[in-house]
Amino acid sequence: MALSAEEASRFVVLLEENQDDLVGAWTDRVAATLRGRLSRTELQRQTADLFKGFQLALAGGATDLAHEPAAELRAQLTELSGHRARQGFSTTETAVSVYSLKEALLAKLGDDLAGLRDYIAFSAFIDAAALFTFDSYVRVREELIADQAEQLLELSTPVVKLWEGVVAVPLVGTLDSARAQVVMERLLQTLVDTGSPYAIIDITGVPAVDTQVAQHVLKTVVAARLMGADCIISGIRPQIAQTIVALGIEFGDIATKASLADALRYVLNKNGSRKHRER
Amino acid sequence: MSEAGQRLEVTSDQDVVRVRQLVRTVAVAVKLSLVDQTKLVTAASELARNTLVYGGGGSVEVATVNNGRRQGIRIVFADQGPGIADLGLALTDGYTTGGGLGLGLSGARRLVDEFDIATEVGQGTTITVTKWCR
Amino acid sequence: MERVPVLKIGDILLVSIQIDMEDQVALQLQEDLADRIVATGCHGVIIDISALDIVDSFVGRTLATIASISRVLDAETVVVGMRPAVAITLVELGLSLPGIRTALNVELGMDLLARNRAEEYDDRDDEDEDEAETPAVNAS
Repeated sequence: MALSAEEASRFVVLLEENQDDLVGAWTDRVAATLRGRLSRTELQRQTADLFKGFQLALAGGATDLAHEPAAELRAQLTELSGHRARQGFSTTETAVSVYSLKEALLAKLGDDLAGLRDYIAFSAFIDAAALFTFDSYVRVREELIADQAEQLLELSTPVVKLWEGVVAVPLVGTLDSARAQVVMERLLQTLVDTGSPYAIIDITGVPAVDTQVAQHVLKTVVAARLMGADCIISGIRPQIAQTIVALGIEFGDIATKASLADALRYVLNKNGSRKHRER
Repeated sequence: MSEAGQRLEVTSDQDVVRVRQLVRTVAVAVKLSLVDQTKLVTAASELARNTLVYGGGGSVEVATVNNGRRQGIRIVFADQGPGIADLGLALTDGYTTGGGLGLGLSGARRLVDEFDIATEVGQGTTITVTKWCR
Repeated sequence: MERVPVLKIGDILLVSIQIDMEDQVALQLQEDLADRIVATGCHGVIIDISALDIVDSFVGRTLATIASISRVLDAETVVVGMRPAVAITLVELGLSLPGIRTALNVELGMDLLARNRAEEYDDRDDEDEDEAETPAVNAS
């Protein structure tokens, strides 16, 4: 719902004449909802900026938030919601930062019919602005979640060099298809980069193994063999051993060891016998 | 939704290499991951060789596609050869009439996201495969 | 038609495939290698495929055939430098390159050949044990 040109100009005049009072009252209301999590000075600055944004948009001839003169205001709103989202404020707390302007305005309008009409018209404009912060807030949150998911993927799949010629991947947490693929690729690439002929896949931290996860691990082992490296699987817990057998998953001739330490000893032993033979 | 594709005739060994190179170029352009590029090019190599060896030559068309959410590549291999009499058998691992390993069709199917085959004895075979960006 | 060069280094023939091979080139390599093994009396062949961005079933089969032929001619073949993406694709394709020995790089490939050679002459008694120790590709 757009303002009429006259309403917009009355709105501008109202903002112009009561600038200090409005910013003060507005800041008070916002501060009350945020309960001291942002300093009064900072809030004061934010509301003053937004206030200026409203003024400029309306003075520029915007009668609707989507209009060109309101572009600057929209940018300010986006920035505000981005800040709030990153600092962990809820959507309500973000929207209130805008809605509170309405309450501040109410005190400044006459209580006759004309004042009431204006109030409703101005409210619609402010509502649109507040709704706009919802959208931006959600968008920023979604970006945050996507970033974190990616970071988690990076974090949760370290491939470490354990010994000369031995690398290890300690798998922690639930393995889904996407993660398993990342692990697989990263492990194989590390084998190439470090020239390590042995890899230990430790699944101590994996709570459950289903057919799909087992398939991924098996494929990794076969792919590593094709490249000329041997994989050892360690840290198989009793329940997982039972599931593997119950599901009928064939580990074939893949070496499995109880713990990472056992696996390392096994590999070093094999490596040692190699060295021994070379002499 | 698909854009105009590029078409190659497949009548010799060199053409199979050309198909691989074209598919690789397009796969890089739509930003398939390295593993997916490798899978798609390998599948294309298998199917292009089938077109040549079993279909007696034919054509390959490579196009980018978009389903609104993701980009992908669609490749169509067409020949006017003898067709495939028993499709179920031809798609079985290890079955071959041409002295190969019998992994061409069945293996290629595992390497792509969508695999569609239309064949008629005496009329020829058309295979359409699609790989989507993750 | 292009040809893949075969280099002789000591007791080893080294083949580094640097081009996207046509099927005919692969078959030609198979023939060339058999000839060179007999001509040089080498006992090891290293095929470096680190420059190959794909290995399809034809190339895979050619590698397996080369390995079999050289074994008949008393030479061990090691395929080295397979890229991770290629290995993942081969697993998905269902191609396990049975009977081919592999190593991560040329150096490790040479180690493997040297070790095999040494085992053949030094430890004829415990051959069974040795068999299990060297990573031969035989998984399905």
